[in-house]
Amino acid sequence: MPVKVRIPSPLRNYTQGADVVEVGGATVGEVLNNLKAKAAGIETRLFKGQGELNRFVNVYVNDEDIRFLQKLDTPVKDGDELSIVPAIAGGR
Amino acid sequence: MSYVLGLKCKECGHRVPVAPVHVCEQCFGPYEVEYDYAAMKGKVTRASIEAGPKSLWRYRDLLPCEGEPVTGLHSGLTPLRKAKRLAAELGCSQLYIKDDSCNYPTYSYKERVVSVAITKAVEFGFDTVGCASTGNLANSTAAHAAAAGIRCFVMIPHDLEQGKVLGSLIFGPTMVRIRGTYDDVNRLCTEIADKYGWAIVNVNLRPYYTEGAKTYGFEIAEQLGWKLPQHTIVPTAGGTILPKIYKGYQELIKLGLVDDTPAKIYSAQAAGCNPVVTAIQKGSDIIEPQKPNTIAKSIAIGNPADGYYAAQVVKDSGGWGESATDQEIVDAIRLLGRTEGIWTEPAGGTTLAVAIKLIQSGRIPKDESIVVSITGNGLKTQEAVQNELPYPQVIDAKLSDFDKLLASSKSREPALASV
Repeated sequence: MPVKVRIPSPLRNYTQGADVVEVGGATVGEVLNNLKAKAAGIETRLFKGQGELNRFVNVYVNDEDIRFLQKLDTPVKDGDELSIVPAIAGGR
Repeated sequence: MSYVLGLKCKECGHRVPVAPVHVCEQCFGPYEVEYDYAAMKGKVTRASIEAGPKSLWRYRDLLPCEGEPVTGLHSGLTPLRKAKRLAAELGCSQLYIKDDSCNYPTYSYKERVVSVAITKAVEFGFDTVGCASTGNLANSTAAHAAAAGIRCFVMIPHDLEQGKVLGSLIFGPTMVRIRGTYDDVNRLCTEIADKYGWAIVNVNLRPYYTEGAKTYGFEIAEQLGWKLPQHTIVPTAGGTILPKIYKGYQELIKLGLVDDTPAKIYSAQAAGCNPVVTAIQKGSDIIEPQKPNTIAKSIAIGNPADGYYAAQVVKDSGGWGESATDQEIVDAIRLLGRTEGIWTEPAGGTTLAVAIKLIQSGRIPKDESIVVSITGNGLKTQEAVQNELPYPQVIDAKLSDFDKLLASSKSREPALASV
């Protein structure tokens, strides 16, 4: 079940410059974990420990922050779009 | 020439040279500007600052710009006012308002961050600046870009009030309305900065932009006679200004320009969007995002990435966090107007409402020095109070009618304490 993962520019040196990578998996956690097969080393940037995202890494499934869903356990299906976005603060 | 050494990740300590980057390539943490304080010793003094321009640029040695400022030559150095009537109302003896509602030219604290960011954008050679904003930042970016003659894109949520759109449009930027919330707009801007190579002031110029907020803290200390206030109450949205006021205070201590006295910092948020205050009160270092629902729209950021640092600074300084309901916010706006002649926006109402709670609960002692940070102007957010104020009566142009009106209104003049 391929999911489109959007890669932000600071991580594109792990994907040979690709801004979108297709990866399989049934949950957000599985997709991010499977990403390392196509982008070796990227997991060290995303995760700080076992199953815990770095606190400045935000992940969205179809434009919804996974912290409003089931976090890394959020189910994903074929054709979903998953975005990895650096958490930058605003200032309105 | 500046005293800048480079950028350092606040999260993992990774260092990189000065560049238009904001996210650490190692851990996604935010970069912050590092300075050579040792080299400043003896050169950056009270006298050198006091001899500087009457604007935020008097602190340029502590800002990350190399050349002459491009904009903001009349921004900053806003009044720090002793609020005597408000103090009497609250039973305080040393209550001050730091009043950025009159900051030039668009009446908010954003002039500080935008002045530094646009100066830096020009230094980096950008020909286009932009921002993600709901109001104050958009107004300020558009105005400073116009004055500096730089192309400007302002990205806003689609459902913004017309007044806020006009307040930017008048300065001639390209405005794009985006379906979604502020957090969605912000996220899109990250991608736009990436793809088009523009200087989005609160995104890829963020390390420089945020440094401008220190000037708010520098001014408080200088205007108190080179002393730190014991308590500073600050509104918290994305978490920019609060840690930077603290950093400003710490830098003045480091340079020996003020004594190292306790200066507690407090975070004020609206009850309808209080992720930072929630974390502070829980003693948690995790900021849980929220979907905002408050009239204090200018501080309604449900997903504040710098929220971690705001919470940390509050903790390190010995302060606290508190939230205010929409009604408390409106009441505080009216109180400030009635007692001090200052009209602030709901963000300022939030800050004052929280200050009142902290004072009344005894967390802030009434006889100590207290600074309430007023960061925006009420003229921009008239809808917040328009249904709260009784509309004036009409009478005929007859003195007898006026006499009658005066006699009847005297009997129902509201007691000050009722607000």
